[in-house]
Amino acid sequence: MVPQTIAWITARGLFGRRRFLLLIPLPLLVVGLAVLSRAFGVAPENWAQPVLVGLGLAVVLPVIALIVGTGVLGSEIDDGTIVHILTKPLPRWQIVLPKLVVATAVTTVTVSISLYVAGVLAHSVRLGLGLALAGLVGSLAYSALFLALSLVTRRPVLLGLVYVLVWEGLLGNFVSGTRVLSIQQYVLTIADKVAPTGLLQSKVSLPVAIIMSAVFAVGFTLLAIDRLRSFSVAGETS
Amino acid sequence: MSDVTLSGVSRWYGNVVAVNDVTMTLGPGVTGLLGPNGAGKTTVLHMMAGFLAPSRGTVTIDGEPTWRNPSVYRRLGLVSEREAVHDFLTAKEFLLVSARLHRLPDPEAAAQRALELVEMTSAQDRRIGTYSKGMRQRTRVAAALVHDPQVLLLDEPFNGMDPRQRLHMMELLHRLGTAGRTILFSSHILEEVEQVSGTVQVIVAGRLAASGDYRAIRRLMSNRPHVFAIHSTDDRRLAVALMGQASVTGVEIERTGLTVRAGDYGSFTRALPKIALAEGIRVRQLLPSDESLESVFSYLVEA
Repeated sequence: MVPQTIAWITARGLFGRRRFLLLIPLPLLVVGLAVLSRAFGVAPENWAQPVLVGLGLAVVLPVIALIVGTGVLGSEIDDGTIVHILTKPLPRWQIVLPKLVVATAVTTVTVSISLYVAGVLAHSVRLGLGLALAGLVGSLAYSALFLALSLVTRRPVLLGLVYVLVWEGLLGNFVSGTRVLSIQQYVLTIADKVAPTGLLQSKVSLPVAIIMSAVFAVGFTLLAIDRLRSFSVAGETS
Repeated sequence: MSDVTLSGVSRWYGNVVAVNDVTMTLGPGVTGLLGPNGAGKTTVLHMMAGFLAPSRGTVTIDGEPTWRNPSVYRRLGLVSEREAVHDFLTAKEFLLVSARLHRLPDPEAAAQRALELVEMTSAQDRRIGTYSKGMRQRTRVAAALVHDPQVLLLDEPFNGMDPRQRLHMMELLHRLGTAGRTILFSSHILEEVEQVSGTVQVIVAGRLAASGDYRAIRRLMSNRPHVFAIHSTDDRRLAVALMGQASVTGVEIERTGLTVRAGDYGSFTRALPKIALAEGIRVRQLLPSDESLESVFSYLVEA
């Protein structure tokens, strides 16, 4: 009953806030661009890379995961309601895991449906499924990262954006070594290996992608649990 | 019956010492944690509630440390000062969530009982976002009481309550204290503390300044020297007459008037009009110049 209750109140909090509306336009943009390209008869080779990877995997997935992942715990920390959850005799993993599940589920549903539709329009159902699966793995890894960020810093959104835009977006293009620590690259690889179409170019190997995704998910979840154990409320004199 | 014990507890933030070597034991009954704003009351409460690690010393409930130990919340309820509640829930839902997270055998009944305790049953199906400050406060108290804890900590619980709600909350705390619960509430208002609790812990600038029965502390406070600024039609003659009073310990004559130090507030304020009348002097101004709570507290620290 405890995990359901935590998940329920987390979901209520997430959908009750106005920033939930931010989740809607981005996936629609991906589907819209795919539909338009298809309707105007543009060859998939010309639009699949920018729409599926440039927009879908590199922007929509991490941004949605950022909004949701920092929302499930970060907003409760911001407004102080987290205290009501923490003053319960619960091991902290019982609080972190349901929140991670909610964040991953909401992100996956939001992102994977649009990726699936765009993938089908670009090539095949198989590409659609590959992208949807990649969306699921990416949602889990990003959610764990952003959930942990909301416990280690007071500015999780800013730090999350720096990771997505600077580390993955900018350095990922110039410094090849950073790709080993880039969720975007793992996700790209998984989609490409599940559906080898030639439309996506993956740069890390599948084992690296799978293992590192798991390392991100498990590592940051453990970090979040540990940080929540030592959660401090600042006093009046601080 | 539960005891909360602080032994040699200090807490600092960088170079700032917020709480300095505090040792106290709270037993059953209501205790007031009194001190001016910024004295460290909230820091002490947060350490008791397991939301802050002491930099030095130990904070325990029945011998168990409160830091990094969620199992203490079986025995502990906390009403923090920040009034954040999940606004999108109704009081009923909020209480049910609290009861379920405590794994109570009958969450519905526990939620209902707690709502009745704070008289919030009539508004229980409205969203908390629509409540007044006092109603939110009572809802939060209900949530802290849903598992019938042995220890209840409240940070400035009377803030934002109207007199009727205040009275009701005082009765509730009193009742819980009499029933053997260990209750601690913080306040910067002496009158609040004396109406609810028999014992007080006075904290000033992070140090425990006084501790024990409030009447003794109250006496200390009213017996301290008081300073008055007086302006009259003949300051010098009034000064001479005042010096003859046993309650007056010093008079200074300045261009703007007299500064009078009195050892006893009551007898000085009773004597002044009689003297003025007898001497035919008209008192134009009488201002107690150190009545701020901070000066009362700082006197306590020096005493």
